[in-house]
Amino acid sequence: MSEPPVRGAGRAEERAEAAMSEAETAGRAEAGARELLEIRGLQVVFDGFRAIDGVDLTVRQGELRFLIGPNGAGKTTLIDVITGLTRPSAGSVRFAGTELVGRKEHRIVRLGIGRTFQTSVVFEELTVVENLDLAATFRRPLWALLRRRRGVSDTVAEALETVGLTDLAERPAGVLSHGQRQWLEIGMLIAQRPRLLLLDEPVAGMSRQERERTGELLTTIAEDHTVVVVEHDMEFLRRYASQVTVLHEGRVLVEGDVAQVRADPRVQEVYLGRTAEEAA
Amino acid sequence: MSERVRGYALFATVALLLLVVAPLALPAFRLDELAKYLCLAIAALGIGLAWGQGGMLTLGQGVFFGLGGYAMGMYLKLHDAGGDLPDFMVWSGVERLPALWQPFGNPVVALAAVVLVPVAVAVLLGALVFRRRVRGAYFAILSQALAAAFVILLVGQQGLTGGTNGLTNFYDFFGRDPEAESTQRTMYFVVAGVLGVLYLLARQLVGSRFGRLLVAVRDGEDRVRFLGYDPALVKTVTFAISAGMAGLAGALFVPVVGIISPSLLGVVPSLELVVAVAVGGRYALAGAILGAVVMNYAKTSFSEEWAGGWLYLQGALFILVMTLAPKGAVGLYQQARDALARRRGASAAAVEKPGVAVKEEVPA
Ligand SMILES: Nc1ncnc2c1ncn2[C@@H]1O[C@H](COP(=O)(O)OP(=O)(O)OP(=O)(O)O)[C@@H](O)[C@H]1O
Ligand SMILES: [Mg+2]
Repeated sequence: MSEPPVRGAGRAEERAEAAMSEAETAGRAEAGARELLEIRGLQVVFDGFRAIDGVDLTVRQGELRFLIGPNGAGKTTLIDVITGLTRPSAGSVRFAGTELVGRKEHRIVRLGIGRTFQTSVVFEELTVVENLDLAATFRRPLWALLRRRRGVSDTVAEALETVGLTDLAERPAGVLSHGQRQWLEIGMLIAQRPRLLLLDEPVAGMSRQERERTGELLTTIAEDHTVVVVEHDMEFLRRYASQVTVLHEGRVLVEGDVAQVRADPRVQEVYLGRTAEEAA
Repeated sequence: MSERVRGYALFATVALLLLVVAPLALPAFRLDELAKYLCLAIAALGIGLAWGQGGMLTLGQGVFFGLGGYAMGMYLKLHDAGGDLPDFMVWSGVERLPALWQPFGNPVVALAAVVLVPVAVAVLLGALVFRRRVRGAYFAILSQALAAAFVILLVGQQGLTGGTNGLTNFYDFFGRDPEAESTQRTMYFVVAGVLGVLYLLARQLVGSRFGRLLVAVRDGEDRVRFLGYDPALVKTVTFAISAGMAGLAGALFVPVVGIISPSLLGVVPSLELVVAVAVGGRYALAGAILGAVVMNYAKTSFSEEWAGGWLYLQGALFILVMTLAPKGAVGLYQQARDALARRRGASAAAVEKPGVAVKEEVPA
């Protein structure tokens, strides 16, 4: 399989479970291909307004890709299309060889794509562990959920550890701070063992310290996941990004590594402007 | 853990009250009334599950209650008629037994239909409605409209359903005289037993992973979708379970009260049951049961004293609960208990070490 090298035997075992997913079966034919996500000629029109206007984007297996662009550039809309929330008016989104357009949201998740939202949503009435457990058991048939949860599964314990919420495991998620909620959401994604993570502005509204922790978390996750991050924050971008795609008015403006993108005059004009001067 | 022990202790106490104290202490006709309240409590338990846990404000549970009740009533009518046409059909000039009635001559089919017909209708409705993401007030209105339409259908088909009078005058209930005190007593125990078993099953469901998923669907349906679950399926299953409970409640109601008719399952009775659940506390299954029993008892007592007054009192109580105590009586009790524990804990914590007590979330 075209998976990146995985660490630890437990992980390989979990992968075996995930291997039952439709994605792996569908993706097997494409096992040689390195492209995980291929977006071609994508168009999204809202009441005559072109929010996405002919986007091509390729994300390779194991990549950490940053997606930036000014407000209204279409970043969230792009994620919405990939995850089935918004239907494009034209174009295709292929994931490991499988066409995603027209599929239902939960089916796309089952193919191995997880996302977070700009405003984090966790289940406040459930505890942190319950939130993670809910995420982790999504491949089980409904009847298998009729039993009570006993203890904490390895997957959940690992996710708790990764996002650093072990101490808060038994607290209701409603008491978490904004930053902790974002981490919990990321933890819920990890617990699902997705092949592609889409994070929409994970550090928005975070304190400096929280940003730093999130950056480290991101680096850890990117070691064995393919990740697409939408982010505004230039400082964060400079520290943690390698590959960057700049969106502007629904089109891909530039693609390249951080230095290239930051040096590009078009980017400075439409997006970086003042920020680039400040950051320089 | 102590929460859990307390839960079982409470359950045992209520079971003792219902199964031993009430039958000994209450005169026959009061026990009969209690049996009726417990029937309604079974339907209320289903509402607690669908609305309290799943967020589906179902204002038309009367439909399922009615389907169960009519299935039972049809069997009893056919049995009494002994091969002839049921009495009301003769009066309405029906000459041949309608095809719809034929399977209900068989007690096994009829008893299965008591649960399966409501479940099937709920699954069909759920598949149509939840898949299209109809929810909140739209679902509530839709379910209420269904109750209204059901009543119109029942009333309009005099020869098929007994019209406004419904199905009544039963002479034989599985070999016993339904009016006899001993039968009524037995029925009381049957109803109490069914309620107890269903309560334990529902509690198990709420405490399971499915129960957590249901709460998640209630609080963030769209988020659940992006965890890879199909909220429509979760809701349909839960709605079907609550419909099955209502059907069973309706079927038990027939021998206990001796009648099933449109006025017992229309918009108003459906609403009253939801109000009772809200007053008792919709987030706790016990609250739903408590609400149904207390509100129906109050209704009976009040109507004996001051007919018509109940409607206003009920309305006022509902508004009060929704604005001041959305978690109902059970919520108020929990608040009081927590406040007490905090006061006691505060003095204890001052001695030991400062820190916030981690409250264990226990599904009711
Ligand atoms: N459902 C919708 N209906 C109509 N217009 C929409 C809808 N969703 C997004 N838009 C518009 O499409 C454009 C792109 O929006 P999008 O949310 O993708 O931007 P973004 O790049 O994520 O911006 P931000 O940085 O502010 O999050 C915006 O002009 C927005 O107003
Ligand atoms: Mg956005």
